[in-house]
Amino acid sequence: MRAQIEGSQAVAEAVVLCRPEVIAAYPISPQTHIVERLSRMVKGGEVGRCQYLNVESEFGALSVLIGASAAGARTYTATTSQGLLFMAEAVYNAAGLGLPIVMTIANRAVGAPINIWNDHSDSMALRDAGWIQLYAETCQEAADLHLQAFRLAEELSCPVMVCMDGYILTHAYEPIDLPDQSEVDSFLPPFSPVQVLDPSDPISIGAMVGPEAFTEVKYLAHRQHLRALTLVPDIADSFEQQFHRESGGLYRAYRMTDADTVIIALGSVIGTIKDTVDELRDEGIAIGCLKVGCYRPFPAMQLRAVLESVTRVIVVEKDLAVGIGGIVSADVRMALNGLPIPVHTVIAGLGGRSISAESLKHMVRDARAERLSEPYFLDLNMRVVDEELARRQEERQAGPLAEQLIRAVKAIGTKVV
Amino acid sequence: MNDKPFAITLDPNSSLANHTGNWRTMRPVYVDRLPPCNHACPAGENIQAWLYLAEEKNYEAAWRRLMEDNPMPAIHGRVCYHPCETACNRGQLDQSVSIRAVERFLGDLAIKEGWRVPCAPSTGRKVLIVGAGPSGLSAAYHLTRMGHRVTIHEASDKVGGMMRYGIPSYRLPRDVVDAEVGRMEAMGVTIRLNTKVEDLDAAIQEGGFHATFLAVGAHLARRIDIPGFDAKRLLDAATFLRSMESDSPIKIGRRLAVYGGGNTAIDVARTAERLGVEPVIIYRRDEAHAPSFKEEVAEARDEGVQFQWLRSLAKGADRTLTLEVMELDEHGKPKPTGRFETIEADTVVLALGQKADTAFLRNVTGARLRDDGTVEVDEQMMTGHPGLFAGGDMVPGEQSVSMATGHGKLAARHIDAYLRGARYVRPHGHALATFDRLNTWYYTDAEQSKQPLLTLARRRGSFEEMVGALDQDTALLEARRCLSCGNCFECDNCYAVCPDNAVIKLGAGNRFAINYDYCKGCGLCAEECPCGAIDMVKEVK
Amino acid sequence: MTTQRIKFYQTGTYTAGNRLLDDEARTVQSRPDRTNSLNSGHRACQGCGEALGARYAIDAAMRAAHKRLIAINATGCLEVFSSPYPESAWQIPWMHSLFGNAPAVASGVAAALRAKGHDDVKVVAQGGDGATVDIGFGCLSGMFERNDEVLYICYDNEAYMNTGIQRSGATPPFARTNTTQAVGEAPGNLLGTGKNVPRIAMAHGIPYVATASVADLHDLEAKVATAMGMKGARYIHIHVPCPLGWGSDPAHTMKVARMAVESGLFPLFEARAGRVVDRTKIRRKVSVERYLELQTRFKHLFEPCRNDEAIAAIQAIADEHVATYGLLESEGL
Ligand SMILES: Cc1cc2nc3c(=O)[nH]c(=O)nc-3n(C[C@H](O)[C@H](O)[C@H](O)COP(=O)(O)OP(=O)(O)OC[C@H]3O[C@@H](n4cnc5c(N)ncnc54)[C@H](O)[C@@H]3O)c2cc1C
Ligand SMILES: Cc1ncc(C[n+]2csc(CCOP(=O)(O)OP(=O)(O)O)c2C)c(N)n1
Ligand code: SF4
Ligand code: SF4
Ligand code: SF4
Ligand SMILES: [Mg+2]
Repeated sequence: MRAQIEGSQAVAEAVVLCRPEVIAAYPISPQTHIVERLSRMVKGGEVGRCQYLNVESEFGALSVLIGASAAGARTYTATTSQGLLFMAEAVYNAAGLGLPIVMTIANRAVGAPINIWNDHSDSMALRDAGWIQLYAETCQEAADLHLQAFRLAEELSCPVMVCMDGYILTHAYEPIDLPDQSEVDSFLPPFSPVQVLDPSDPISIGAMVGPEAFTEVKYLAHRQHLRALTLVPDIADSFEQQFHRESGGLYRAYRMTDADTVIIALGSVIGTIKDTVDELRDEGIAIGCLKVGCYRPFPAMQLRAVLESVTRVIVVEKDLAVGIGGIVSADVRMALNGLPIPVHTVIAGLGGRSISAESLKHMVRDARAERLSEPYFLDLNMRVVDEELARRQEERQAGPLAEQLIRAVKAIGTKVV
Repeated sequence: MNDKPFAITLDPNSSLANHTGNWRTMRPVYVDRLPPCNHACPAGENIQAWLYLAEEKNYEAAWRRLMEDNPMPAIHGRVCYHPCETACNRGQLDQSVSIRAVERFLGDLAIKEGWRVPCAPSTGRKVLIVGAGPSGLSAAYHLTRMGHRVTIHEASDKVGGMMRYGIPSYRLPRDVVDAEVGRMEAMGVTIRLNTKVEDLDAAIQEGGFHATFLAVGAHLARRIDIPGFDAKRLLDAATFLRSMESDSPIKIGRRLAVYGGGNTAIDVARTAERLGVEPVIIYRRDEAHAPSFKEEVAEARDEGVQFQWLRSLAKGADRTLTLEVMELDEHGKPKPTGRFETIEADTVVLALGQKADTAFLRNVTGARLRDDGTVEVDEQMMTGHPGLFAGGDMVPGEQSVSMATGHGKLAARHIDAYLRGARYVRPHGHALATFDRLNTWYYTDAEQSKQPLLTLARRRGSFEEMVGALDQDTALLEARRCLSCGNCFECDNCYAVCPDNAVIKLGAGNRFAINYDYCKGCGLCAEECPCGAIDMVKEVK
Repeated sequence: MTTQRIKFYQTGTYTAGNRLLDDEARTVQSRPDRTNSLNSGHRACQGCGEALGARYAIDAAMRAAHKRLIAINATGCLEVFSSPYPESAWQIPWMHSLFGNAPAVASGVAAALRAKGHDDVKVVAQGGDGATVDIGFGCLSGMFERNDEVLYICYDNEAYMNTGIQRSGATPPFARTNTTQAVGEAPGNLLGTGKNVPRIAMAHGIPYVATASVADLHDLEAKVATAMGMKGARYIHIHVPCPLGWGSDPAHTMKVARMAVESGLFPLFEARAGRVVDRTKIRRKVSVERYLELQTRFKHLFEPCRNDEAIAAIQAIADEHVATYGLLESEGL
């Protein structure tokens, strides 16, 4: 069924099609539309015996799912930003316990300064927690990824985050195809956990493990994670066969044939990048782009194979590892280790700043001309920064940098809610 | 379980592989300790054990357990001075267990139900017993159970010794004596009444006995003269009380003076009171220093007995007595004051104690007699004459029914061994179950049950039994007041309080065991055992 | 709760069992077929009150649940000593997730069971005082206010023991811990601090709240059974001495707990829907000193010189409990 609906509604519908049994969530923008819709559907009896718990925190939400999943239920939650960090301890725990929980991250910046708009700082902060991370490019893909995520999680006994850009996708209205229940049912078998809390077959889950076996536990988790590198494309393939649409996968290449320059990015910005690529191709520049759909596990070998023959790689990422720079680009560099391919880090779209094709084109030209600083901050307002630095220099006074920047930025008219 | 996550998911119960027992420095050990009641019982009863059975309403088993040591529970349940109760640990908690009352309940029930005790097959050995008092009867019973043929020669025309001729019937109804002795006769004990042994050798020869137990008691009254008082009206307690058992009790007039401060004096006075006489007890020391039981004094006073404390008999005249007022020195000894008083008395009964009449032993080689007529015995209860044993009031020591009964049992064991050419060795005893070893928290508060007493009105002019019995419910309740000192009563505490599940419950009646694979030696079980049946001992590695 | 005391029996219902008692009057712990949910081989200290309390409570819950029980455990001594790889002492389905989320995990299990229609399976969550009154308190409160189908049991040993005896919100005044040392002007934990979580639980209006002590097994088991027979969120707060943390003799674990109850310092009561409905009477009242003197964590109140003021303050707390809960009254409340 195709309908013009909001991304959040589409995701909620998709989740419901997956027949979740326990949902627990705590509201936070821009995830709220997803969970509100789910709540309504559960309360309205549209989701079978599914339980929706209004919990007291994100930490509680994921903890509820940890219990529910261990008791054999298919579980789901959604959060973002502060919420994700608030549940951080449980995020690691769910992965450590091998619980196939699916969680939507409506990607949003992490404060301070508090900011509700999109970037990837939140999911990036927890990229190494042991969850599989899938990033959606479109609302359609966001919806589709949830079907795939449950299947993936349950086959691997590993939790999965489906990351979709806050507002950009969660609040966008698009024509979206939602499959029939019967189609979903044949794509996603019922959850059959490898271990379950069951009085008929008691086990102890969550032992303390000391130095004698901790490394092995972690190594095995790593091995298990790597299995996703084959499973993710397999599931994407079978999804495509059944639903006749490309969704998911480890990565997607766009106009990469003969490209000397490749832009790598995650999430919705790929749309803008594709437009930019088209425009630059029109200008005769041999450029393509590559969307990383599965960021954890990181498909390093696969990327290396497709990037082997390019001249340069530009990673446009919506996050910042303060004090070092790019996060995704570091991984890409590792993937290309030993190859004479420069990898540029472009930090863009932080805290919801829009990424324009115009800026990207400038950036590409600079990169091709070897004029890109490292890391490169797209659309950085140097006037504000310079003024602040100069003022500081004068006053040698430390103050809340954020507030002063905001005051300065007011000049360019960004509204802060 | 290879599909389960490695290390972080574990099989249930897998901790059993971890033997925490090697943490232990102290180890708990189950013990049986000697309860103070048992320790104090002159008859050597295992009181705690028979109470234990009674607690379970298993009265017959309780009685049988009791009968292993004492053939006369109904009698002891009435007249025993119950040193067990004095020693009873419960006394330090609230009041002692009324052991004697429960014993009486069991004894009476056995008489009512006609329970019998089986005997071992005959050994063909014959034993002569002289005297059918408690000591002789006890020995006869035990020897008969062991399969020996016992004949008792008794001088009187009835059995029981001082239990019949001393203790008044309002304390010990004679049908009770008859029933318990009758049960022994039914077991095969032969009693020849009116058979006073004067020539011991001849008696032994005549019956072809292989061993002899003497239990003639102490029947010779100590007497004094009262100058000026008619000797015909001056009696001794033994004679007076014995006459009560005959068809023609001695007449004693209206006013009776009883001289002495012991229980016998009280018995005499209270007997007289029941006969409608006005008795007064005269004693040289004060009430606090009188050897009689305080309870008996109180009861006697209630019944109307008068007391003249700190008086001695100086002289008499026709129906009057002159008493000298005494005072006590710092050692509690009475001293004359030179002041005199006069009272009226038709008769005087002297209750100054009895001596053993052992003249017939003078010619027996090896027998050593003391001045008071008692015979010395060794730890086997044997006199200096081989094969000749003695016990009860006729040997030195405390004089009581239970002591006599205990002697009878002990002598029987030694005689039995003697007959087999062996020597009886007392099994090694357990250490005492002292009060400080108890964890009294766990015991329910429970007042001692009181036996009903005959109303004063009904006591006068009647020899009806004065102390009533506990009914079955009360006897049960009283038995259940026992703390089971030093002996596991399967309260399950140790089993419950062990944080390491290291106590194994072996099932009803089989108590518990420690699983030393897991016991960490914390000592909680020992601490929380109510009755102190667990010792913590140093671990030897 | 006043359990039916069998009068005049040798030991009444104070001991765990007693052959003289009717089967029903005996504790779960006295039964040969008790579950031993927490089995031998665990690594708790000698005389650990928490190990004991956990077996008492969970075995009782197992019996009430006809062995259809799942337990969730917070991080803490109980978790660490019962389940270090490669050995688990649990005989029941059991899971440990985190220090602060046991109530939520349990809510999740309950939700899953409901979603799956496994209504016969019951859920308990358990944790130490730290897990309960401090770090897990948010989740606990959430579990309470949603009235989730969970019995939460707090094993209160009055400090963070697993990390080496630090103060928690349940540490009593004046107690020495490694973060409230017996030094300075006010040695030990400060008077006037801490929180009463049973009362806070009551304020949620949940169906059932009770306090219990390892010293009173019958009472404890009866409360667990009552709680297990009810629906919704239930809370039982069990006082469990810690020989190591309290500086008491391992053999005195029961005695210490008993003195806490008998002095009135740890009142045993039951509340339904936010109202106290019953209390367990003190049997043989003792002064708080009988309790304090058994533990070196209060030693500074007696040595080098006696701190009468502090002891009086503690006595006042006990007296206040006695008055509030009617611990000495023979009838009603
Ligand atoms: C008035 C009184 C009250 C007492 N009250 C109590 C009491 O309440 N509780 C208690 O424990 N004790 C009591 N006693 C003490 C107790 O009765 C004696 O200690 C006990 O009876 C001694 O038992 P026995 O078998 O050694 O001797 P006895 O009971 O004296 O029995 C000896 C028997 O041997 C017989 N006899 C003696 N010489 C011969 C012989 N030559 N040939 C054959 N037979 C012989 C006697 O006729 C007698 O039947 C009381 C004693 C008296 C006098
Ligand atoms: C989030 C977090 N903070 C701190 C800890 C460290 N920690 C583990 S157990 C524990 C104390 C447990 O105390 P309590 O809950 O009272 O249980 P006890 O060990 O006393 O039984 C602490 C502080 C932790 N594991 N997780
Ligand atoms: S309480 Fe029982 S075992 Fe202990 S001394 Fe008394 S009667 Fe004997
Ligand atoms: S605690 Fe109870 S069951 Fe254990 S030894 Fe003592 S009396 Fe027996
Ligand atoms: S309570 Fe258990 S661990 Fe402690 S000493 Fe007794 S048997 Fe051993
Ligand atoms: Mg604690």
